[in-house]
Amino acid sequence: MRSIFLASAILVLASAQLSAQVYMTRTGKINFDATSKSSPEKIEAKNNEVACVLDTRTSDLRFQVLVKGFKFEKTLMEEHFNENYMESGKYPKAEFKGTIANAKDVNCSKDGTYSATVSGKLTIHGATNDVTVPGTITVKGSTLVLSAKFSVKLEDYKISVPSLVADKLAKVATVTVDADLSKK
Amino acid sequence: MRKNLLLVLLLSAISATSFAQADSLMDLLNSGPVNKAEAVSATFKATRIINSSSVENLGAGVLDFRISHRFGRLNDGAQNFFGLDNATTRLGLDYGITKWLMIGLGHSTLNKEDDGFVKIKLLKQKIHGMPVTVSYAGAISVQTTPNPSVPAGDKWYFSNKLYYTNQVLIARKFGERVSVQVMPSIVHYNLVDSTKFSNNTIAIGIGGRIKVSKRIAVTGEYFYRATNADMYYPGGVAKTYNSFSIGADIETGGHVFQLMITNSPGMTERTVIGQTTDSWDKQELHFGFNISRVFTIVKPKEFR
Repeated sequence: MRSIFLASAILVLASAQLSAQVYMTRTGKINFDATSKSSPEKIEAKNNEVACVLDTRTSDLRFQVLVKGFKFEKTLMEEHFNENYMESGKYPKAEFKGTIANAKDVNCSKDGTYSATVSGKLTIHGATNDVTVPGTITVKGSTLVLSAKFSVKLEDYKISVPSLVADKLAKVATVTVDADLSKK
Repeated sequence: MRKNLLLVLLLSAISATSFAQADSLMDLLNSGPVNKAEAVSATFKATRIINSSSVENLGAGVLDFRISHRFGRLNDGAQNFFGLDNATTRLGLDYGITKWLMIGLGHSTLNKEDDGFVKIKLLKQKIHGMPVTVSYAGAISVQTTPNPSVPAGDKWYFSNKLYYTNQVLIARKFGERVSVQVMPSIVHYNLVDSTKFSNNTIAIGIGGRIKVSKRIAVTGEYFYRATNADMYYPGGVAKTYNSFSIGADIETGGHVFQLMITNSPGMTERTVIGQTTDSWDKQELHFGFNISRVFTIVKPKEFR
């Protein structure tokens, strides 16, 4: 009988500990800019509904973005983005599965800004590539702010651009990530 | 011993949970509230299928300038350049007030008709759940041609020149390529030529599109009149026919070009549904196009 108590005590403690190291948000921000020098208008979009979770024990990091959540200044551009480029009906989500490569350098219990390198698999438009992205993690009490800026080559993710507009769209999009995670 | 076994089992259960942890992070994200991406989008490429309204609305704060042409009859022969010498035109301005509400004004050369319409999205097709998108489209139009002469002492009322259209648009997108729309419609003519005819033309329309590539779609549209099928064109004894059109949507950067062959020389619901004077059987067909150019008047909140 005593061992059951012991076991349940361990179980409770363990699960408490497990949840204590998971940081999460559903309102992260991802912006991208694919404006080229000869673009007649700005090609940029914002998504403020990015889901992100970080387990500080294993330093596993996950991002999930609904492609339809990207908002453009021009709704027609948004429709073309979904229909013709990202095919969001077929590939509704973009995902990142990876880890913080230099987790040792990040002390989540001490306030401060740490530079971090994240590496893993990025899936966009149904195509997956290995990526390594430098960024920063800012620890402030029980919140972690993840920031990064990196490039995504459209070709790598099989996003085809018709030759008619090839010079009006950048071949490499600049992606900015900002996620404000709090303890779950 | 049995207790110890239990303990081991429990402990291994714990370690199993922490093992599964790494992969369950993504599940954690997936378990979130299902959000609006569930809604099916882009059932049609434009706010019109060919002549009739589609369930698509303009985005909030978007102004759409539309130029539509229907040329003369193709069988007019080389003398009239296969109808291209003549054309009826409709110029229109549409505006999206919200995502689900749009209004529009237009002027047609045919009968010098001015029209105004409102389109309201009532239900949205979802990937899981709601199977169709349902919109209401209502239009009012006035014919501004000169009044006919009436006997002295009589009056020609302004209301004689008014027409009303009420439509329910029910559409479903089947996969990525095929969309179908059914349109129960009532066109009310305040004045008809004879007591033989009803003031209400009740019709059911069916329209659809098949995408042949990412940027090109083939479209079609037909209106069957349940009442007033034998109504003459106003002011004469010319027969009217059910409207049937086939077309193509071609999308380029900022525009959608819609090309069509139709037996309807007009472009408003009143003329298309109830006053189509030409017939496919007699090859009285018209080539035509719609061009739309959109302008963002009010930026989305993310860009203000």
